[in-house]
Amino acid sequence: MNPRILAATTGRILRQLRHDRRTVALLVVVPAALLTVVYYMYADQPTPPGQPAQFDRIALVLLGFFPFIIMFLVTSIAMLRERTSGTLERLLTTPLGKLDLLFGYGIAFGLAAVVQAAIAAAVAYWLFDLDTAGSSGLVILIAAVNAVLAVALGLFCSAFARTEFQAVQFMPVVVAPQLLLCGLFVPRNEMAGWLQTVSDVLPLSYSVEALQEVGSSAEPTATMWRDLAIVGGATVLALVLAAATLRRRSG
Amino acid sequence: MQDAIALRDLVVDRGGRRVLSGINATVPCGTVTGLLGPSGSGKTTLLRALVGVQVVTAGTVTVLGHPAGAPQLRRRVGYLTQAPSVYADLTVRENARYFAALQGRGSAQADQAVTDVGLRAAAGQLVATLSGGQRSRASLACALVGDPELLVLDEPTVGQDPVLRAELWARFHAMAAAGTTLLISSHVMDEAARCDRLLLIREGRLIANDTPAAVRAATGVDDLEEAFLRMIQATEAGTAGQEAS
Repeated sequence: MNPRILAATTGRILRQLRHDRRTVALLVVVPAALLTVVYYMYADQPTPPGQPAQFDRIALVLLGFFPFIIMFLVTSIAMLRERTSGTLERLLTTPLGKLDLLFGYGIAFGLAAVVQAAIAAAVAYWLFDLDTAGSSGLVILIAAVNAVLAVALGLFCSAFARTEFQAVQFMPVVVAPQLLLCGLFVPRNEMAGWLQTVSDVLPLSYSVEALQEVGSSAEPTATMWRDLAIVGGATVLALVLAAATLRRRSG
Repeated sequence: MQDAIALRDLVVDRGGRRVLSGINATVPCGTVTGLLGPSGSGKTTLLRALVGVQVVTAGTVTVLGHPAGAPQLRRRVGYLTQAPSVYADLTVRENARYFAALQGRGSAQADQAVTDVGLRAAAGQLVATLSGGQRSRASLACALVGDPELLVLDEPTVGQDPVLRAELWARFHAMAAAGTTLLISSHVMDEAARCDRLLLIREGRLIANDTPAAVRAATGVDDLEEAFLRMIQATEAGTAGQEAS
């Protein structure tokens, strides 16, 4: 890896994003709009005794989920474009290293996700009185780590798509099982044993648990840091797999 | 004169089909060499092998003294793909500056490359809004920007008007005079006359490797297109003769 090339690549990806104003607007507006819907959905629902309000429970998890879903999609398509437009082939004849490209995407879209998560969190905390025992900064940190995981998975999955039609099909494959089994709908320890096992190997289960820890504890807990480390480890694994799909030579 | 490129018994198969069958050729330093042949003859595959992105079945490809694709060549070889490979959602200038940064060059050199391909007035325009010919020149600027010792250009003049085409060829010769080696593919025979040397391939085989004057002399015709037709007929007659005997 070369810091100068990495910085140039990160800057190039952010510049591409900046030229696409509609995408930027969607990135900023959609999570806030969806949070508004969720707020009014649960506005008249009674809070179960001894539990957090329904909106607090769900909004907290969604703050981690939005950057995951959106950055996965954005990255899959961006990387597929690199592959199909010939820019990837050209890049691989230059001094750019594979990790410069992969980390460039991770940093650029990770930064975009921080902005997105911060705006969504501001809406949730200030407009809708989201109540968490722990700090909102930790919520944004976990959302950002989720986003970088999504970028890594998107970089990897794009290798298995030939077209943009195929690339978007990976979204339900990668995202839906993690959303269903993360503990938002049914607590993980109340699921059938085999579903718990599947849930245990899905990285988002850990980021949801980390968010729930922030929701219930004033200080960051050891469980939260462990969960964050697991999500970080899954990100590194996905990046290594993505690097393995980047071949300088093809047939 | 030292050779910039040396191909020895180069064989490439793609998708179960033999695309290049045993190419032997050398390209001297500081020349403009044309790679000519009909579409589907293997030109792009040969160029991809030179820049090290093509899996090679057999044979060796040596570029500037190193095996093609060696890490130390990535600063010394510039590659223009046939389809313009630039970012459509960046401006011409931003594209050139990015590829310049990859080669360790500054924005002044990037802007110079944009001027060199005649796109100074469109430098601030998004590539997506350019015409086809402008887009391929934007791509060319990104190949020139590192000031490479070897430039591998896949059909750089397609879709350019005659004035620009003449300007680009003048620039290629100026670069060769300054020591750069250029290998330029084309399927337009009238561009052959502008080259110092010619490689003619057909169906994955090299059928000529000489100067335009020598090709004319060998076939006894002045028109290079006609000369190539005769060479192809002669090769085919030769093959047919071998098969008959």
